[in-house]
Amino acid sequence: MRKRVNLAPVLFLAPNFLGFLVFTAGPIVYSLIVSFTNWNLQRTVTTRAVGWQNFVEIARDERFWLSFLNTIYLMLGIPLSIAFSLWIAILLHRKMKGVNALKTLLFLPSVTSGVAIMILWKALYNPDFGPINRLIETLLHVHGPQWLLSTTNVAGLNVEHVGITSKQVGLGARDALNIMGVWGAIGGSNMLLYLAGLTNIPEELIEAAQVDGASRWATFRSIMWPQLAPTTFFIVIMSIIGGLQGGFETARVMTNGGPSGTTSTMAFYIFRKAFEEYRIGYASAVSWLLFAMILMFTLLNWKFGNKDANLA
Amino acid sequence: MLFVYVVLGLFAVTTLAPFVWMLLTSFKSLQDVDKPGLVPPAWHPENYKSVFAQVPFGLYYLNSVLIAAWVTFLTVLTSAMAAFAFARLQWRGRNSVFILYLATMMIPGVVTMIPNYTVIVRLHLLDSYTGLIVPAAFSAFGTFLLRQFMTSIPKALDEAATIDGASAWTVFWDVIMPISKAGLAALAILTFLGNYGSFYWPMILIKSENLRTLPIGMMYYDSSYGRETNLIMAAGMMSLIPPLLLFIIGQKQMLRGIQMGAVKG
Repeated sequence: MRKRVNLAPVLFLAPNFLGFLVFTAGPIVYSLIVSFTNWNLQRTVTTRAVGWQNFVEIARDERFWLSFLNTIYLMLGIPLSIAFSLWIAILLHRKMKGVNALKTLLFLPSVTSGVAIMILWKALYNPDFGPINRLIETLLHVHGPQWLLSTTNVAGLNVEHVGITSKQVGLGARDALNIMGVWGAIGGSNMLLYLAGLTNIPEELIEAAQVDGASRWATFRSIMWPQLAPTTFFIVIMSIIGGLQGGFETARVMTNGGPSGTTSTMAFYIFRKAFEEYRIGYASAVSWLLFAMILMFTLLNWKFGNKDANLA
Repeated sequence: MLFVYVVLGLFAVTTLAPFVWMLLTSFKSLQDVDKPGLVPPAWHPENYKSVFAQVPFGLYYLNSVLIAAWVTFLTVLTSAMAAFAFARLQWRGRNSVFILYLATMMIPGVVTMIPNYTVIVRLHLLDSYTGLIVPAAFSAFGTFLLRQFMTSIPKALDEAATIDGASAWTVFWDVIMPISKAGLAALAILTFLGNYGSFYWPMILIKSENLRTLPIGMMYYDSSYGRETNLIMAAGMMSLIPPLLLFIIGQKQMLRGIQMGAVKG
C-alpha cells in the first residue's frame, strides 16, 4: 500500500499550500532578502545589495526610536486592561442571571469593526463638542484636555527628540489612545481566556480555603492567582506581541501618526517608509527588526509557557 | 452579591456608552450635535439616507460583504482540505510541513505585506477584486484550527467508510466535513469578521473609490466630511450591522473558535 504514489495528500494540500508558498512563505523569504538591499520602488537609485546598511541607518534614525518609544507608550494600558479582564471574569464566574447577556455585551467592542470604533472615539474625543470633555466639564468644572490634538503625555515624552521634558506633561493623543485601548480590551478574548482558566480551578481548593475562613482577597491571592498564572503569562505575552506590531490602524485613521508624529508606532513607521516613501528595502529591514523583537517574546512563551494551560 | 452587580453594571455601562452615544448622535441634526444633551431634541432618520447621497456607501458595503464572503469561502474550503491532509492522510514530511505552517503564524503581518504588495503590482492586480481576495484566502491559522478539530474525530469513522470502498474525497466530504460543522462555522465566522474589518491590505491595494471597502470608505468619508458628525455616526452604525448580526447568530461558534485558536500561541 505504501509503495503506491499517494496522490490524495497532494491534491488536498495543493490549493492551500500553493497559496501558502506564494503569499506567506515566499514573501517571508523574499522580504528577508530585500531587507539587505536598497530597493526603492521609485527607482531613484539602482537596486543593489547593501549588507547591513539599512539596519545601521535604522539604529541612527531618531524617527525610528521615537516610534519605538511611542509603541511602548501605547502598550502602557495593557496591565490595566488585563487586570480589569481578570476582575470581570472572576465576577462573572458564578451562577447568576444574565451572565451570558453580560458576556455578550462586554464582548461587543471586540466584534465590531475597528475603523467604525476609531471614528466613533475620534468624535468622542473632540475637545470642544465631544461627550468626554463635556462630561469632564460637568463633573469636574475644568476644561477638558485637547486629547488627540495634543502632543502632551503623562510621561512627558518629548516630541522631536528622544527624551523627557516637563513641558510635554499632560493628557494628549497617546493617552487618549491608551484609554480607548483599555476600553476595547477589557471584555474581549482575555476575559474569555480567564473565564476558561477559572473553570479549570478545582472547586475543592476554593471550598477548602473558604472552610478555613479565608477572605475573598486571600482566596484570590493564594489560590486563584497562582492557578491562573499560566493563563496570565500567556495573555501578557500575547498582548506584548500584539502591542509591538500594533498601532497602525489607529494612527492612520485617527491621527495620521500625529500630532507631530507622536502616535506613530513602529508599524506606522514601516507603513510610511514602504508605501509613502517606497523604500521597500529599508522598510523590510525595519519589519524584520520588529519581528526579531516579537520573536524574543514568542520564544519566551514557548520556553516558559505552559502548553496545557492554554487548552480551554 | 449586590456589589457584583454594581461593578459588572459599571463595566457594562462603560462598554455600551460610546455605542449609545453613536446611535443617538446619528439621529441628530448637525446643529444639535454640537449642543450638550444626549438625546436628540428632534429625530432625523433621513441622516441615514443622506450618507448614501454623499458617498457611494452602498458600494462600499457591497464590496466589503462580497470580498469577505469570497475570502471566507475560499479560506474555509482550502483550509479544510489542507487540514484533512494533515490530520487524516499519511505522507512523508507531513509533520515538517505542518511545523512550517505553525512557524509562519508567528511572523507579524507587516513582514509579508510589503513583498505581497510588490508581487501584486507585478501581476497587475493592484486595485482589483482579485488582489483583495486571493492573497487573503490562504490561512495557516485556518488550517491549524481545522486540523485541531479533525484530530479529535474518531478514526473508526474513516476506516468504516474506507472499508466500504470510499475514496479519500468521499471520506473528506461525506464523513469528516459534516462532523466538523462546528469547527467550520467557527472558522467561517472568524474569517468573515476578520476580513470585513480588514484595513491594512485594502488600504495599500485600493486606489479607486469604487473599489473601497467599508473600513477604507469610512476613513475617507470621515476625513472629508468629518465635520458632519451625525452623518458619520449614521454610517458607522450601518457598518456595524453585519458583524453584530453574525455575532448574535454565531456567538457560540465564534467564542469556541477563539478559545481553540488560543491553544497554540
